[in-house]
Amino acid sequence: MVRAQQLTTLPKATRVALTRIALTSLTIAVLTLFLIPMVYGITTAVKTDSQIAKTGAPWWPARERTFEYEGKAYDVYLVPIDGEIRELALYRPGRQSSLFVDPENPAAGPFEWQGQWRQLERSWVLDIQWNNFTRAWNTINFPNLLRNTLMYAGITTFGAVLSAALVAYGFARFRIPGKNILFMIMLSTVILPGAVTLIPTYFVFLQIGWVGTWLPLIVPAFFSWGTNVFLLRQFFLGIPRDLEEAAQIDGASPLRIFFSIILPMSRPALTAVALFHFFWAWNDFFGPLIYLAGHPDKFPITVGLTAFNNLYSQSANLIQAASLISAVIPIVVFFFAQRIFLEGVVITNIEK
Amino acid sequence: MAPLPELSGILRKQTATTKRRRLSRLEKKEIRWGLFFISPWIVGFLLFYLLPMIASFGFSLYDFNPATPDQARFIGFANWQRALFQDTEVWLSLRRTFHFAAISLPISLLFSLFLAVLLNSEHVLGKSVYRTLFYMPTMIPLVATVLIWNGVLNEQTGWINVIIERLTGIRATGTQGLRWLADPNLVYYAYTMFGLWGVGNAMIIFLAGLQGVPTELYEAAQIDGANWFQRLIFITIPLITPVIFYQLVLGVIGSLQYFLAPFVLNGGTGFPEGMTRFFMVYFYKQSFSFFSMGYGATLAWLMLIIAMIITIVLFGTSRFWVFYAGEER
Repeated sequence: MVRAQQLTTLPKATRVALTRIALTSLTIAVLTLFLIPMVYGITTAVKTDSQIAKTGAPWWPARERTFEYEGKAYDVYLVPIDGEIRELALYRPGRQSSLFVDPENPAAGPFEWQGQWRQLERSWVLDIQWNNFTRAWNTINFPNLLRNTLMYAGITTFGAVLSAALVAYGFARFRIPGKNILFMIMLSTVILPGAVTLIPTYFVFLQIGWVGTWLPLIVPAFFSWGTNVFLLRQFFLGIPRDLEEAAQIDGASPLRIFFSIILPMSRPALTAVALFHFFWAWNDFFGPLIYLAGHPDKFPITVGLTAFNNLYSQSANLIQAASLISAVIPIVVFFFAQRIFLEGVVITNIEK
Repeated sequence: MAPLPELSGILRKQTATTKRRRLSRLEKKEIRWGLFFISPWIVGFLLFYLLPMIASFGFSLYDFNPATPDQARFIGFANWQRALFQDTEVWLSLRRTFHFAAISLPISLLFSLFLAVLLNSEHVLGKSVYRTLFYMPTMIPLVATVLIWNGVLNEQTGWINVIIERLTGIRATGTQGLRWLADPNLVYYAYTMFGLWGVGNAMIIFLAGLQGVPTELYEAAQIDGANWFQRLIFITIPLITPVIFYQLVLGVIGSLQYFLAPFVLNGGTGFPEGMTRFFMVYFYKQSFSFFSMGYGATLAWLMLIIAMIITIVLFGTSRFWVFYAGEER
């Protein structure tokens, strides 16, 4: 009896272990491929200014090696001598032959090498420019920009989630005449490109004196956005009605049902919409650009970065460094918020 | 004798109205609550959307250049006639848009679903970290993203080509190699890769959907001897069809609106060979390069109409394949 049990449990444990290894390695493999461009961005962020402009530079952050000889710095090249590549400092360049110094053995003094030194490749040494981050931080007013962005993203996320949940519940559960037409009109506000409604919208906000303030960016979020409503409607329609019907019989009002049954059951969906909106606002560029033009103290990080881009359009490394700095807060927010997906919500009585 | 049928008619009518009124008290209550819940959207729509939308349709009836607004001229449906019957670029750019969508939409839907299923599996260790890393590119500002992809996809020094060459030995760099952004046969795949990098949002939406699948169903299926693939096909997929439907509808809308990537990667030139002159790219060119705002508004509304037709058709099909556990009975 005991032995039979062991036989059935043992392979199962091994099977689980094997599945774990297989799936985890699959995930890591996909992730590695996925993050190749990210590694490129990060290495760019810590490169020296000169490395970016040079062709033939290695992919990792590096600077060209130099060697100090008799108080002067000389460039180090990769020189092929007798079938092996040696790193030698170019002491005196010449057309057909040049003088080199061996950094390993400077005491031997300069010696001659036959060949064209211009054909040679430079030797590079690892050089991580961590201070690119400090340079980026100091160039633009990061604390102020981050505070503005955090405020904008935080307030609108609260408004967007709450209003979208209310509206989505209305669309998901109540028989309203013309509901489908209203829903299609709502979707049409999502479809019509903002670029065509931009001028009249701007005009509306100008008439009520909101241009130059945060209001045109914050207030509409409290009146729900089509995509968020659509998403939450899909989730609410997937929740069985039994619990609500039971609560209704007990005399609970729809508002109470909404707050004490629907919202708690939709935690993953609400988190998804909140994250969705938070990062959308975090990356929103166009809205702040037009409504806050001329008020640099109110700029969010995206608009601040463009100023940066205009100042240093050649400094790909500083742009990457600044972008990574601006991504830190969202990454931390995401890491903690997504843990809600680990918990899971159990919906009972689905098979009725 | 004559009034009798009349009277019975009135009586019948009266019972009908009282019956309707009795029903309608509940119905009215439901309508009132429904309107209460959707009122934020209705108010917002009336305040911030209605006027601009009407105005943008109005633009489509004008020959209108924002630089010289006083010269705007009412031309009736001439813009519409031009877009529908004369301008061949409209249909060409629409065809390109659908061609690209046919490649990128299935790939991104399947990839985000695959990722979500993987990162929801109890067997993957360290999920929080992977999810965050998969989401990370979504948080990198566009300026930086474009720089990164221009670098990575570079035909000579781009990492993708260098890695392919190192791994397979096939010559991928150089003019004879994989010219991701310049080869008309490859460019849609390059743009799809660029788009996959922003898979994070689709992934969390699918993850949220997977959270709604009751664990007891899996347990029951496991007892019945269903393997993981059967559980995926017969439990997981049907229960997240509302989310798949959402992703599909928004994917189609997003494809029709697609313009940012080609605009920042090649300035909207359509390079190579006009392959990336998608419908919205053409719209931006008309509106903001040629400043034909009237014609631009016409194109935008044409896009709206096309997207609405597709959306309504998709909603029509949803009856057959989307499963809502809380649907009206």
